[in-house]
Amino acid sequence: MNYEISIVTTMAISVMFALSLNLITGFCGQISLGHAAFLGVGAYTSALLSGAGFSFLVTLPFAMLSAATLGVIVGFTSLRVREDFLAITTMGVGFLFVGVIRQQDILGGELGLSSFPDHGFGNLGFMILALMCSSLMVILCLYIKHSWMGRVFQGIAEDEDTMRVLGIDAARYKLVAFALGTALAGLAGSFYAHHLRFIGPDSFGFVESVTVLSMVVFGGIGSVPGVIFSAAILSALPAWFQFIGDYKLLVYGGLLFVMIRFFPGGMASLVSQLYAYITKRRRDT
Amino acid sequence: MLFVELAAQGLVQGSIYALIALGLTLVYGLLRIVHVAHAALFTLGAYIGVLVCNFTGSLTLGFFAASVVAGSAGIVMYHLAYKPLLKQPPFVALIASIGVFIAAEEGFRILFGAQGFSFTEPFLQTPIELFGGLRFKLAEVLVILLSTMIIGILAGLQAYTRIGVACRATVSDPQMASSFGISIELVRNINFLVGSALAGFAGVWVALLNNLVEPTMGSVPSYKALAIIVLGGLGSVPGTLVAALTLGVVEAFGTIYLSSLLDRNAIAFAFLIAVLMFRPQGLFSRT
Repeated sequence: MNYEISIVTTMAISVMFALSLNLITGFCGQISLGHAAFLGVGAYTSALLSGAGFSFLVTLPFAMLSAATLGVIVGFTSLRVREDFLAITTMGVGFLFVGVIRQQDILGGELGLSSFPDHGFGNLGFMILALMCSSLMVILCLYIKHSWMGRVFQGIAEDEDTMRVLGIDAARYKLVAFALGTALAGLAGSFYAHHLRFIGPDSFGFVESVTVLSMVVFGGIGSVPGVIFSAAILSALPAWFQFIGDYKLLVYGGLLFVMIRFFPGGMASLVSQLYAYITKRRRDT
Repeated sequence: MLFVELAAQGLVQGSIYALIALGLTLVYGLLRIVHVAHAALFTLGAYIGVLVCNFTGSLTLGFFAASVVAGSAGIVMYHLAYKPLLKQPPFVALIASIGVFIAAEEGFRILFGAQGFSFTEPFLQTPIELFGGLRFKLAEVLVILLSTMIIGILAGLQAYTRIGVACRATVSDPQMASSFGISIELVRNINFLVGSALAGFAGVWVALLNNLVEPTMGSVPSYKALAIIVLGGLGSVPGTLVAALTLGVVEAFGTIYLSSLLDRNAIAFAFLIAVLMFRPQGLFSRT
């Protein structure tokens, strides 16, 4: 049973993490290749604070705050550079984060942090807590998507210049998207740290950033149900693939390629195409 | 003395970066795709080079085979992976590229083993002294000379030949170029061929310098090459060379003077971010 609980917790954390990126990349159209850095900031903040004697729930707001602070700073670069340049700059932020962590003894350096206190909820309680948090996040995302702000985000994603012409302060909204998205990543990070009970520089590298971006694109960029589905599936996939052992990553990479090559709109567009096809068939007969 | 030595080591590293980044900048300039899988071709070239070298005992043959195989693999990759996705937003192709890269790295590991392998007899390791006291391996001197030469020739070709002009025209405005009768498809194929062949070529050099090839050898250079092409101003061949050499030298000094703060890979990106904040269009771009 513990194994299943662990997998469900992993899935819930991945859903949180993927939704947080979806807010920035999906809703607001600002690509980020260094999103794992914010997961890392949250994870390290939470782990250090727990080490200092705070309880898990108390560390959450601090983790969100510290991740959002870095997020706003990175958000400022998004005002300066766009699209591909932004992709490479955010990638740089990711490498910078890992590079700094590696050399700081206070953060555990190369060895990482592992001896911080337990969250004290038990495995089942922690899973329920993670599920609750991710459900709250789903509601928040759906709310934002259909709010006035969500529509502005969408406008910026589609055509930033037009939004400016319409008199909308695109810079401010982009910063808000970064602040929100990175704060939520920080939240996911604190769960991540306490779930795995070990964090190190390699947990937040480029591979992680790319994995979460794949989850978002795989699910259908900007689609909340699509991203939830794909984050849950893709995070559990390596565990299900245990039986092919050595070929795990090969299959993962291959699958990612095949999926995106033939269905560039992700799961969301696949489902909606299928739905349209079925309703058309039904109408014809 | 340390000063000069560091600079020299930086130049060696930088010229390898230049060879890798060149292919990337050609692809990026043309297709606006962040071609992460480029590094897979680099690794492929290194493996082919070592295998052919060990089998035939000829280094020249190794270089030749590596370039040809990597070059053709590049063209195949363009047709299978990128061409069908050109109409999609750029990150779709990026994800495809990442998928190919992950699968390729794993493929190398499964095919050739995680340990990697090395040359049975080392080539070009003769030590030579230059400028009174600076010791180099022959391979290090050669890689600086060769890469500068190759890139110089390419820059010349791009500036003065018909096909070079066609390439530059396609980079700056594909639609206009095609209405002037330039075959965009041909230009793309040529760029993938040349860029990927250079990556394979660079792979053999790295294998020579470290006397080791391993499945993961491509990951770090690939991301760094992305930083370099941005620094160099996208699509610019001479800009890429200068940026690569500069980064090599900055890194060499950084590992000595900044190592308490950052590791080697982070230095490249700290430099990149610093530059981008002041010149968002890259160091050498004119627009």
